[in-house]
Amino acid sequence: MSITAPASIIRLLRDAGEQMDFMKGFLRNIFRSGFEWNEFLRQCFIIGYKSLSLVGITGFILGFVLTLQSEPTMKEFGAESFVPSMVAISIIREIGPVIIALICAGKISSSIGAELGSMKVSEQIDAMEVSGANPIQYLVVTRVLACILMIPLLTLMADALALMGGFTASNLNNDIPLGLYFNKAFAAVSFADLIPAVIKTLFFGFAIGFVGCYKGYNSNRGTESVGIAANSAVVAASLWIIMLDAIAVQLTSVFAYN
Amino acid sequence: MKVTEKNKETSSPSQALNRQVMVSVSHVRKAFGPKVVLSDVDMSLHKGENLVVLGKSGQGKSVLVKCMVGLLMQDVGSLKVFGEEVKDLSEEGLRQLRIRTGFLFQHGALYDSMTVGQNLQFPLTRVLKLKDRTEIEQRVREVLEGVGLPESIDKMPSDLSGGMRKRIGLARTLILKPEIMLYDEPTTGLDPITSREISELMLQMQRKYQISSIIITHDMACAKITGDRLMVMNDGAFIAEGTYSELENSEDALVRSFFI
Repeated sequence: MSITAPASIIRLLRDAGEQMDFMKGFLRNIFRSGFEWNEFLRQCFIIGYKSLSLVGITGFILGFVLTLQSEPTMKEFGAESFVPSMVAISIIREIGPVIIALICAGKISSSIGAELGSMKVSEQIDAMEVSGANPIQYLVVTRVLACILMIPLLTLMADALALMGGFTASNLNNDIPLGLYFNKAFAAVSFADLIPAVIKTLFFGFAIGFVGCYKGYNSNRGTESVGIAANSAVVAASLWIIMLDAIAVQLTSVFAYN
Repeated sequence: MKVTEKNKETSSPSQALNRQVMVSVSHVRKAFGPKVVLSDVDMSLHKGENLVVLGKSGQGKSVLVKCMVGLLMQDVGSLKVFGEEVKDLSEEGLRQLRIRTGFLFQHGALYDSMTVGQNLQFPLTRVLKLKDRTEIEQRVREVLEGVGLPESIDKMPSDLSGGMRKRIGLARTLILKPEIMLYDEPTTGLDPITSREISELMLQMQRKYQISSIIITHDMACAKITGDRLMVMNDGAFIAEGTYSELENSEDALVRSFFI
């Protein structure tokens, strides 16, 4: 009697195999001659500059809300002066990188998925391939590397604005000078907090770019598949981010904070 | 005339041409899951020839030409382009074959994010690795004049009409000076006047650059203008072959139905 695996398991394994194949193509093409610098810079502009307002506002509100929510409880324990440190640690270590990565998964991964999906549907990728050009090098390598570079920068900017948000919230009911607030905030933060956080955002950037490219590049024919590619890119990239974060937290708690 | 009888027919156009074979397809089969798209395809394309492939939608015509440039691979059979088996080619070999083979997609497949000029420069800088700006600009200008649209160089694809997109798509393909052109429904969706202009342009380009072409079309006016030889595909295999007038008077009702 032969045993057949459920169709969903087969589909999952096939998808995993195809993703590995796609990753192999991506890695091989990074080091090929003829790197597309112009396209890479254009993607950095689109991914980085055009996400500034969304990421900036999100970061500011994160710090603002976190401060407003935690201040009354901290006051009950007479630990009001620890609010800046608490906000700084939680924003820099965890909330900043994860929330910004999830926001970027929604904005950037979906946009890459939809863009490459529509290029696939309108046969632009096929046209590139049959002309003898290398679509992986032009479309995928540039987008993934731009995400790897820009997501950490966006996260750092969001972290800074989150602290400004925290400062603004603290000053709604109190009068705390800027210098004092940031002294308190940074007193509790060290490079051991910042470096692992930045390293994990590099991986989040990779997940956002890679998943968007994979879903778009491998979308089926038909306009409906463009929407599916964009949607599944957001879902898959968000899952990757959560899983990568769980791994990163385990690793940093073992290596960085001990 | 029936394809199965073609070898016996000394008056067959393909034999009369008696020229170098550019593409040779033998017993090719291609299926997607349980659906067999190409069941048993045999055909050849000769140097300087325009071969028109007719057939209802979903008969596997596009799949066949995609197999010729390695976008898809056949399951069974032999498919040789320039005498080389496509499925045995290395990555670099396939790239070289693609440079020598132009492919015009149904809707032109212009790169949306680039202007017409950048679309035309793309294969020159990425495929031929040209660096000299003067040479690149000259070749772009030359090919744009060839398709009659020199003024559209700075336009975006979204600003072009269907016919203009096809012309620019053709220009982008011709800029690499291919030896074989594969046209996938080049006149679909165009009005009769623009269709005729595109068909005449294809013929003009074939004569100018001595290109061998496979033209997939439903447009009988295009087939009449461009085709040296016509083949009819049905259920994943060719059922008839001949000149336009031969097939127009075919005894097979299905073949004749294309000409009504």
